[in-house]
Amino acid sequence: MADTPARIAVRRTYKLYIGGAFPRSESGRSYPVTSSRGTHLANAARASRKDVRDAVVAARKAFPGWSGRTAYNRGQILYRVAEMMEGRRAQFAAEVMAAEGIGRPRADAVVSAAIDRWVYYAGWADKITHVLGGANPVSGPYLNLSEPEPTGVVGVLAPAGSPLLGLVSVLAPVITTGNTAVVLADEHAPLPAITLAEALATSDLPPGVANILTGHLTELAPPLAAHADVNALDLTGAGDLSRALEESAAGTLKRVLRPGPADWTDPDPGTARMRPFLEIKTVWHPTGT
Amino acid sequence: MPDTVPGSLRAYLHGLPGVDEVGVRRRAADLATRSVKTTAKARAIDLAIRMVDLTTLEGADTPGKVRAMAAKAVRPDPADPTAPPVAAVCVYPDMAAVAAQALAGTEVAVASVATGFPAGRTPLEVKLADTRAAVAAGATEIDMVIDRGAFLAGDYGKVFEEIAAVKEACGEAHLKVILETGELACYDNVRRASWLALHAGADFIKTSTGKVTPAATPPITLIMLEAVRDYRALTGRQAGVKPAGGIRTTKDAIRYLVLVNEVAGPDWLSPAHFRLGASTLLNDLLMQRAKLATGHYGGPDYYTLD
Repeated sequence: MADTPARIAVRRTYKLYIGGAFPRSESGRSYPVTSSRGTHLANAARASRKDVRDAVVAARKAFPGWSGRTAYNRGQILYRVAEMMEGRRAQFAAEVMAAEGIGRPRADAVVSAAIDRWVYYAGWADKITHVLGGANPVSGPYLNLSEPEPTGVVGVLAPAGSPLLGLVSVLAPVITTGNTAVVLADEHAPLPAITLAEALATSDLPPGVANILTGHLTELAPPLAAHADVNALDLTGAGDLSRALEESAAGTLKRVLRPGPADWTDPDPGTARMRPFLEIKTVWHPTGT
Repeated sequence: MPDTVPGSLRAYLHGLPGVDEVGVRRRAADLATRSVKTTAKARAIDLAIRMVDLTTLEGADTPGKVRAMAAKAVRPDPADPTAPPVAAVCVYPDMAAVAAQALAGTEVAVASVATGFPAGRTPLEVKLADTRAAVAAGATEIDMVIDRGAFLAGDYGKVFEEIAAVKEACGEAHLKVILETGELACYDNVRRASWLALHAGADFIKTSTGKVTPAATPPITLIMLEAVRDYRALTGRQAGVKPAGGIRTTKDAIRYLVLVNEVAGPDWLSPAHFRLGASTLLNDLLMQRAKLATGHYGGPDYYTLD
């Protein structure tokens, strides 16, 4: 019997995640991604400012539907994301190992922490209202209620150095409360972000709620910060660009979160990353005498 | 040609060369790949704004909405006085008076649809009365619809005579003839209807009412541009083209301008001979205009809804 021919490898193309689809960059460019030890891993799509624009359009389009869902339903969908990630554990672990230069046991722990982080924020979806809002005691014949509402389209600069856990820790709190997000993934370790996008795409998350771009931060962050249709900006991964981006965001009165150093392994991050992207609406309703 | 009897009209229209469908699609797709950037883009955007027929044709139109739209037509971007006014405001006949009053003293024209828009299924007397009423109310441009049923049944004489009668009822007003290409079934019919309308006296031929899908498409517009180009070569009279419906982005608008320049020629690159029937397009043009001026992308929150 003749030898069976060697199987041709099926290589994966890492693309962007915009509006529920996986397009290549509009510019047609890509850039090499290396492991922490400098070996070539793959070529990732190098997004352009037009991809930023398209992602913002997709996020804006998704916002009314996503914010209009019940909080309970959003929580269910985010929990489903955790389920989908569980099924891709091996892939996530391999990518985290390569990107962070850590061994299998630690990578497994990082993946577990990332999945648990989705579950954590999924649980917050229908509880945050009661923590930040409620009936206010006022002097006068009024029923006075406060409730948090999502800010809108949030630009998120994912942190450098924690391509999976850090990314989940900044994305989940933004979308769980009803915002939609345009995420710029860690420039040097974007592969886990695209694998996460594949989990998002298969988990009932409506198209456009989360959009993930890979590419050079210096090229993508300025148009995102200046975009008039972006309502808020999370500068976690901005590094040296923070100040310039903050100034640029001020031009259109965006909410800006410029956090200090974070410990992504903290299992209970609290509401600190949800509160900045919520607007408190207070309603005064006259009551009978 | 206009004095032709219906029998030879049929022979004439069916004697027009057939449209190479694959070739037309290919040509339109090729022209859509042209890249228009920086200063050329800025000029194209301003030209496109000047060509817009800002349109509201809803059952729910109110005088207030028409007045608001008229104000926007005169000064599309209140924050930027350098943004040019649009070509015309297009409304239903009963709103023509409101639009005419709101636009008095400006360079923006009042266009009114007429002749039983959008179906056009009313008796000729009603169509003519509709047209006269719109002109009397102050409309300087009339957008009429052809009787597609008669056209598809092969009764070209009836369509011809209706267009000629409406043209007469228009008096001084410009006549735009809506072919409703989405209902004409094939490209050959679009070419025939274009020539029929031009010979009957149309000042403009317009693709669609906007109520039928597909509305304006680049291949259809290309065929119509060829018709007006060849009609001028034949008769010396220059008619215009107006694609309407489904043109929503600046990119689309610029593609149409490229098409005009390459197919009909630069003589057509003016609001007198090319219009874009649209409502949502204007905001996108303004956003792109602001993008070129400020360097950052704008958002729909900064522009009026209608």
